Amino acid sequence: MSETSLLSRPNEKQLYRDALWERRTLLSLASPALLSIVLIIIIPVAWLFYLSFIGKDGGFSMENYARMVESKTYARIFLTTFKVSALTTIICILIGYPLAYFLSQLPRKAANICMLTVLLPFWTSLLVRTYAWLVILQRNGLINNWGIKLGLWDEPLKLAYGLNGTLIGMVHIMAPFLILPLYGTMKTINQDYMKASANLGATPIRTFWQVFFPLSLPGLSAGTLIVFVLCLGFFVTPAILGGGKVIMVSMQISNNIELFFNWGAASALGVVLLATTMLILFISSRVLKIDKILGGGQ
Amino acid sequence: MKLNKISISVLALSGSILVASMTSASAEDVLSIASWGGSYQDAQSKALFQPAAKEMGITIKEETYGGMSDVRLRSKSGATQWDIVASGSGSAARAAAEGLLEPLDYKVIDVSTFYPGLYTEYCVGSDVYSVVDAWNTKTYGENGPRSWADFFDVKKFPGTRSLRDKYDINFQIALLADGVPKEKVYEVLSTDEGMKRALDKLRELKPHVAVWWKSGAQHAQLMKDGEVDMTTGWNGRFDVVRKDGAKVDYDFNQGFLDYDCFAIPKGAPHKELAMKFLAKISEAKIQANLAKYITYGPANKKAYENGLIDEKVAKTLPSYPANAEKQLRINLDWYTKYGEKASAMFQEMLTE
Repeated sequence: MSETSLLSRPNEKQLYRDALWERRTLLSLASPALLSIVLIIIIPVAWLFYLSFIGKDGGFSMENYARMVESKTYARIFLTTFKVSALTTIICILIGYPLAYFLSQLPRKAANICMLTVLLPFWTSLLVRTYAWLVILQRNGLINNWGIKLGLWDEPLKLAYGLNGTLIGMVHIMAPFLILPLYGTMKTINQDYMKASANLGATPIRTFWQVFFPLSLPGLSAGTLIVFVLCLGFFVTPAILGGGKVIMVSMQISNNIELFFNWGAASALGVVLLATTMLILFISSRVLKIDKILGGGQ
Repeated sequence: MKLNKISISVLALSGSILVASMTSASAEDVLSIASWGGSYQDAQSKALFQPAAKEMGITIKEETYGGMSDVRLRSKSGATQWDIVASGSGSAARAAAEGLLEPLDYKVIDVSTFYPGLYTEYCVGSDVYSVVDAWNTKTYGENGPRSWADFFDVKKFPGTRSLRDKYDINFQIALLADGVPKEKVYEVLSTDEGMKRALDKLRELKPHVAVWWKSGAQHAQLMKDGEVDMTTGWNGRFDVVRKDGAKVDYDFNQGFLDYDCFAIPKGAPHKELAMKFLAKISEAKIQANLAKYITYGPANKKAYENGLIDEKVAKTLPSYPANAEKQLRINLDWYTKYGEKASAMFQEMLTE
């Protein structure tokens, strides 16, 4: 009964009009942003999609996609891309989770100072950091020189130029992307839950796994997803630290431009990479309820 | 106040640009040339462009560009083309096959004293460099590899290797290492079995390849850091790091003589003048200048005569007759015909 009385308010129409007007104003305020998204994202992506169907002779053709199916190279490159991205993500979690946990338990001031050590590399150029790793990891680099001098090993270890170097460099670059959302989530976990758990007789380990860990999951899955997706498009680090042995999709895109002298061959790879990334985002949004993690579902 | 100053200078700048573009549009004797920039274009400018322009009494507008893909872009979008572009021989050949370049008039440009194979219908050689095998003198001392067979022999020369991450000359050196005589290399490489034979040889060396290099700067750095014991690469780059104290040496035996060249894009606004200008910078007298600024050799053999180039410097250049004799040429026909296939095969081998 109360509902009908609400609906039959005398100024209902006026209110409705106001609301509509407000929504339109908001939309028009957002229109510069919408326009720029159309201009800098949607149109280029559509153009990319179109180009991927243009063959060598300039006409419509599926040859750019056919090449990807026929040649073993492309399947291997996609496999490498996923392998490197997955390994980077896993190592990031193994290193990042304990660190974020440690930071979240520190008093605020100490945590802020420690956070700087996470953020500082984040603010340094990616290229600079990658070359710094090269200096440290190479055959006559810091680690090998000291290791041999101290008698820890006799032959220089193969650290730079290969999968090892690529992973080390990428983890270093990606770790903050995992730690930041994770730390944010952990900070919002009410410490009273842990006290209550202890009060009810749970051991610290059980408290962690049954109370703290599940509550930190939204941050963990957000960070994992960000890291994994960003890794898929990595170029500089594998190109420099991989020594030509780690070939990822982005590198093949640039190879294809040089090799086939036509944008189509490169565009097709870009389209496939984009489609895979979107598929991953879609699946994880279903499984992980990503909208809630990113704050849209509140 | 500050803003005022800035806006005045901006105004002044745009004014001068306007004036400059107006004068260049009206004058008939201005040529636009695009090259690679950096120390390379610097050398070209001082050695070739400026002296030639002075003699002809014309003005050169120099620009830096990103290669033949820029020429294609300009031609597709209908923008004003450059009059002359500097290019690698391989990409010039491909651009020519695509119809982007103007055929050169060799009645105007005199190439009678050029090394054979350093000019094509569409591009004329500007400088000669060499792809050689370089070794770490700390590892091997004076007794470095003297042939590609040595380079591939990991028993006789234990140590790590580096090769280019593209097919480039890798197929050719693999066949030379496998015992194919110099003259037969391209003949063998023009068959399926030949290409497979080369690839198998590369596969054999692959476990010993520590790095697949991407750029000249990289292979020079690899030798300087002692990261690898042997690498293929461009001779000039090794000279530069050797001056910097790197323990590296190389020799020209079985090296690959390759060249950079100049071409005229289709639709160049001053085609005829560009042709005359190319004739001028191909003269021995002008070509001899280049070695003063960069360790690349002239394409014109005559530049080595009459003491135009200091004998001591001349002996270190890739196109010095005694050095050139020991080397192979880059066969552009092979690259146009089999390049794509070789590249795909090489890529597949790399990702195995």
